[in-house]
Amino acid sequence: MAGEIGHFSLIWVLVAAAIGAVLPQIGAVKGDTRLMQLADRTAYVQFLMALAAFAALTYAFLVSDFSVSNVAANSHTLKPLLYKISGVWGNHEGSLLLWVLILTLFATLVSWRGAKLPLRFRARVLSVQSLLVFGFVSFILLTSNPFLRFDPAPFEGNGLNPLLQDPGLAFHPPMLYLGYVGLSVSFSFAIAALLEGEVTPLWARWVRPWTLLAWVFLTGGIALGSWWAYYELGWGGWWFWDPVENASFMPWLAATALLHSAIVVEKRDALKSWTVLLAIIAFSFSLLGTFLVRSGILTSVHAFAVDPERGVFILAFLAIVIGGSMALYAWRAPKMVPSGLFGIVSRESALVVNNIFLSTFAAVVLIGTLYPLFVEASGAGQITVGPPFFEYAAAVLMSPLVVALGIGPLLAWKRGKLPKAMQIVLPALVVALIAGLALVWSQSGGVVMTAFGLGLAVWLLTAVFAEIASRIKLWQSPGNAFGRLRKITRAQWGMSIAHAGLAVIILGVTVSEAFTDEQLLVMAPGDSTMVAGHTFTFDGVAPVAGPNYSAVRGFFTVAEGDDFVTTLLPEDRVYSNPVMNTTEAAIYPLFTGDLYAVIGEAAGGNRWSVRLYFKPMISALWAGALMMMIGGLLSLSDRRLRLGLPTGRKKIAVKESV
Amino acid sequence: MIRQFVVVIVTAFLVAGAAFAVAVDEKPLPDPVLEAQARSLMKEIRCLVCQNQSIEDSNADLARDLRAIVRERVALGDTPDNVRAYLVDRYGDWVLLKPPFNPSTYLLWASPLLALVALALLLFRRQQKNETRQAAMAPLSDSEKAELDKLLEGEQ
Amino acid sequence: MINRFIPLIIVLGLFALFLARMNSGENPKELDSVLIGRAAPQFELASLQGGNPPLTTADLKIGKPVLVNFFASWCVPCRAEHESLMVLAGQYRVPIYGIAYKDSPDRSRAFLTELGNPFSKTGIDQNGRVAIDWGVTGVPETFLVDGDGIVRYRHWGPIVGDGLRKRLVPELEKLR
Repeated sequence: MAGEIGHFSLIWVLVAAAIGAVLPQIGAVKGDTRLMQLADRTAYVQFLMALAAFAALTYAFLVSDFSVSNVAANSHTLKPLLYKISGVWGNHEGSLLLWVLILTLFATLVSWRGAKLPLRFRARVLSVQSLLVFGFVSFILLTSNPFLRFDPAPFEGNGLNPLLQDPGLAFHPPMLYLGYVGLSVSFSFAIAALLEGEVTPLWARWVRPWTLLAWVFLTGGIALGSWWAYYELGWGGWWFWDPVENASFMPWLAATALLHSAIVVEKRDALKSWTVLLAIIAFSFSLLGTFLVRSGILTSVHAFAVDPERGVFILAFLAIVIGGSMALYAWRAPKMVPSGLFGIVSRESALVVNNIFLSTFAAVVLIGTLYPLFVEASGAGQITVGPPFFEYAAAVLMSPLVVALGIGPLLAWKRGKLPKAMQIVLPALVVALIAGLALVWSQSGGVVMTAFGLGLAVWLLTAVFAEIASRIKLWQSPGNAFGRLRKITRAQWGMSIAHAGLAVIILGVTVSEAFTDEQLLVMAPGDSTMVAGHTFTFDGVAPVAGPNYSAVRGFFTVAEGDDFVTTLLPEDRVYSNPVMNTTEAAIYPLFTGDLYAVIGEAAGGNRWSVRLYFKPMISALWAGALMMMIGGLLSLSDRRLRLGLPTGRKKIAVKESV
Repeated sequence: MIRQFVVVIVTAFLVAGAAFAVAVDEKPLPDPVLEAQARSLMKEIRCLVCQNQSIEDSNADLARDLRAIVRERVALGDTPDNVRAYLVDRYGDWVLLKPPFNPSTYLLWASPLLALVALALLLFRRQQKNETRQAAMAPLSDSEKAELDKLLEGEQ
Repeated sequence: MINRFIPLIIVLGLFALFLARMNSGENPKELDSVLIGRAAPQFELASLQGGNPPLTTADLKIGKPVLVNFFASWCVPCRAEHESLMVLAGQYRVPIYGIAYKDSPDRSRAFLTELGNPFSKTGIDQNGRVAIDWGVTGVPETFLVDGDGIVRYRHWGPIVGDGLRKRLVPELEKLR
């Protein structure tokens, strides 16, 4: 029954999306208020119906209704409750349904929080959003319907991929999707602006909070994914430049650039067509990720079933959405005439520099991800573009950005106070720096890069504090400095904390890469070894039975000198449905870093191959990501940045500095 | 993040094989310098059956064999380039996580700088154009203003 | 004013690339063999049948095409393709050399006793080193070697379904 309700609700979403995509747009052209108002109503209907469909599928998973083929293929009665729920989105069909649910949720939020947006503009935004919903729901109904029936129903399901049976991964996809799909709002705002033929500082004020919200989720989603990879995959890595990871990183880079360029639009009424383009690109990257994951054209990609029919459908849908918006951009961009001016050395210019580097990096990640396809298509054989290339690109492109990031917030709006000569020197300096870096990277061993990474992190942290100090005039009049501290707006705190978060991440990356101590060895019970000043003693193994797996658990006692530190219990699990082997690393976080133990396979004679690590400051990676999220949320909570807030405060906006 | 999915789809035959295959005892090289060299080489070699990880990261059987080969070659005094060439000779450029620098990858390696220059030109030239346009529209003199007002009034 | 068309052009280019790759019909997981067009690697492997001479590179240069098949008793797809190998040996009269990859000789022999032996000669590659010299990434893999010992075609994975008559046999006929 639940299956039919879900299927039926989904058809309603489709109908409402079709109406919501077409009629309000006609209304906007003809100036018909009634048609335009339909946009809000259809948005609510889509959301409620999508919610019903999602609830129906979740119910089917909860009660293990194996007559629904999707449940039979991805669930199992013995599975713990949490993973019955996360199983809903742990597969191709269900994850698409989640995507649609979030898409309609955001449309509803825009309708609700954006009640003060001009009706015509809101109608256009919502109709673009409906169009996206229409595309995704047709995709689900035509090629990937989760509500199809199995007759007769099997007695037992196939079970969920054991690697997905993990709390970190249960919440990673929803978080990531909130980010991906959140960017659809920025996209719809951009398309609406192109249709209207005008981008104003006000537009930037509307679009920025939505981008910020999506960005916070995206940051969280990526961080969760990398954290999960770190503790679940068992070799202590946390980022692999895998195509699917890159697919989540590209929209993040574009969204980060968009957050910054929108400020220039808001303040100076410049950089308008670029900002609109970025909004389109950010969401296009999200869509591209979906395509890469599901089309099977790149290796390594997800276990989502590869089906050529689906690939062609998504490709066609992408061609319409992305190609269509780029065509619209080509047609309308000349209308976006900038009016504001700013000097070469100014905060605005610094934001432009930020945009150049972030967008270049996003472009290079795209090039690196797709380059093997390009080479193979051109008949020049098969190559791999792996971490060394991306690390080179990151070093060459991100280090100048970090240097500029330290200076940027210190520059005045519109016109900086650097002497004229410096204005000329500065760009030259940046270029020289890049060239120097490229050279250092290609020549150096680890030591130079480590020193360099540490230098960058310290530079950025210092610059953040210097900026706060100068804001409160700490050096000029220390007496009143504390009072001024309270005058710093949340948006400003948000910026400082997010920037400091980046510094913390750089610190974590550099230190953990450079000073990790690792031992790969075969141990027998009673053996002990030293890892970074800690004695790991192997006490043997014992079999363990879990609800749907059996495991070999290793016992390690860790001591520092004579002091007992902890017991580490890594497991090597074999799941029963489906049969699969996973490693569960044992991690004990110390203040200075993580103790990390993995038990491998038996090496005969009661000896086991093990991997033992000490990863210094690795937690800084996630702490830094958390700081970025907190910074984003703080900024979002700023009165002047709230989602869809007042329309008529342009003057204040220009006066106050962010 | 996706590696393990890969592990999942790792061609069923090899997974099945790993269970019965002869276990290879993995011994680090006695000389720590050579071992470090071997380890850093392993990080550059792509695992053949697990798609997107290095042989250093992989538990796959073939990855283990390749690790053993890398250690052997290093111990025999091969330079890192020789070891790479040995593997490329058998599996092609595909095994190198760091793509070789040759005509088909010039574009790739140059892409960071090319994209940077292109975008910088695009964004800063746009700003400059804006500046010249603004300069062309110099503020009106008082007499011009008066004239404009008159014209506008006439239109209304 | 050409600037505004750049994004559109890039996007169209990317879609053309995706479409081309999707229509290429190639399995993205399949690694092309670098041996094609090159002489088969040097090797010498003891035979599965005690007393028989070892399998060596010289056995490949016999003036007519031969197949070299890497298999193992623990490999499920090998079981699936075995029928094709029997057909090749029987119907197409092509000599097939079977190399047992990382397998105990007893099990390999039992495997062949159970399913029939299509191999005119066999070799034991217990540590898998010869397979690595051939650039094998997993079993089964089958190489087509011409009369001069030059590798002409590599069949990746089991020879099942259309694989035999649509892919392997045409390559074989080309050499005859």
